[in-house]
Amino acid sequence: MKAIQTEHLTKFYGKTRGIEDVSLSVDEGDFFGFIGPNGAGKSTLIRTLLGLISPTDGRAEIFGRDIIKNKIENLNDIGYLPSEAAFYSGMRVGELLKLSADLRKRDCTEQARELCERLELDTTRKIDELSLGNRKKVGIVAALQHEPRLYILDEPTSGLDPLMQKEFFTILQERNEQGATIFLSSHVLSEVMRYCNRAAIIREGGLIVSDTIQNLKQIGAKRVALRGVSMPPFIAGIKHVRAKGKTVQFTYNGRSDALIRALADLPLEDVSITDPDPEEILMHYYESKKEGN
Amino acid sequence: MTLLLHELKRNKLSLIIWSAAIAFMLGVCVLIYPQMAEQMKEMSDMLANMGALSDAFGIDQLGFQDFMGYFALEFGEMLGLGGGLFAAILGAGMLAKEEKDRTAEFLLTHPISRVSVLTSKLLAMLIQIVLLNLATVIVTVVCIFAIGEQVQAGTLALLFLAALILQLEIAAVTFGLSSLLRRGSIGLGLGLALGLYFMNLLANLSEELEFLKFITPYGYADAAHIASEGSIQIKYLAIGLIITAASIALAYKKYTSKDIA
Repeated sequence: MKAIQTEHLTKFYGKTRGIEDVSLSVDEGDFFGFIGPNGAGKSTLIRTLLGLISPTDGRAEIFGRDIIKNKIENLNDIGYLPSEAAFYSGMRVGELLKLSADLRKRDCTEQARELCERLELDTTRKIDELSLGNRKKVGIVAALQHEPRLYILDEPTSGLDPLMQKEFFTILQERNEQGATIFLSSHVLSEVMRYCNRAAIIREGGLIVSDTIQNLKQIGAKRVALRGVSMPPFIAGIKHVRAKGKTVQFTYNGRSDALIRALADLPLEDVSITDPDPEEILMHYYESKKEGN
Repeated sequence: MTLLLHELKRNKLSLIIWSAAIAFMLGVCVLIYPQMAEQMKEMSDMLANMGALSDAFGIDQLGFQDFMGYFALEFGEMLGLGGGLFAAILGAGMLAKEEKDRTAEFLLTHPISRVSVLTSKLLAMLIQIVLLNLATVIVTVVCIFAIGEQVQAGTLALLFLAALILQLEIAAVTFGLSSLLRRGSIGLGLGLALGLYFMNLLANLSEELEFLKFITPYGYADAAHIASEGSIQIKYLAIGLIITAASIALAYKKYTSKDIA
């Protein structure tokens, strides 16, 4: 069963591009990361799936049901956390969580209590008086308390401190193990690599790649750090050169023997060849899109 | 039902303040009538002969020395203008405030259709306007009894009924307009209500501008006319009802397919 399936989904705001021709598929049970820089169209895709905005072209389904025709049934199965959660002024945390549960015609008292306890959220506080991070927690509890089949989380960790981020992901992993599908957007690849099993990368409104994290990591490039020289060797496949004094770093995409031969002639004090870090991997995909154009 | 109660709860304080203010002002106007009546006798001729000003407020039509004439003038300003402003703010804010405060995103990602959101909000508006008028009716009637004035119940009922329909029309129009806009609709609502009010004053001033009464709900709700003739002008009322229905239809049409940013 596909939790999310979009076919050539396109959204233009007048002449401004939101997303263009996005065909994406998320299986039920996936812990799916949706990565892209600010303004790439992550929120546009999410808001289209939720029926907040209507697509200009293409179509999409959630659990096999159309996003427009079956919007209410779909929303019943979704827990959504917006990137910047806004709530009604003057309400207390508990009142808002109750309102959200009532709008879903469910009693979520027990779940809400447990989640608030784990996230250290005081339900008697007024939401207006909460810090950004605590307000984010209110959004998290509202998105999780009814135990939906699909979690759509738009930049869920922004504003949360590292301890809370960890607790939050622990809760998500528990839900995922129980069979729920998690779809989260982020611009931090390391976070996605740590928790997700699959990911898609979007840039300038278009999907660049969608694959397992395992495969995404295999970009074929290595990160090379040299000490004792101030220039990389003159061979093909070298990119992202950063030189500082007597050290130089770069990524290398090519045959290993060619690299080793080139390095052998250099007066090196130290050398390390490692897998690229997440941000370098991300840059690799962003650039592959540019070259593709 | 959840949303309806939520709306009523959110606007409780504003409703209480507006109701109390309008009912109190109108009540005070009634209570001071006996003292005013004495002076009125002398002032009546003068007031009726202030030319354009008397025409605008319909003072020329009202026998100012009797209670009903005096009451109609005060009524038009308190419940007509005051209630109209309340209705305009209410109607304009109902949808727009959710978008401005970004709570629309919270609300509309719950399994609730936009049609039922609109219906709940319209019902909440209707209930609040009825409550405000009910409070005003009760306070006014009690005050009239207190000063021992005799009034024609039918005419009084017509005055209140016309004011109620007027407020519902203004609320519906601002509600409909706000479905087209993203923000700034409160100012637009207030401007609209005041504009419609002055449109009626202009229509009273000049025969060439009398057609304005077809546009403004203050045409059929003109207290001076109702008090002196004992009837509402149906031709103006009919247009008002059509505008009300069209505004609500517009809200349903636009809001159900609107992109929520």
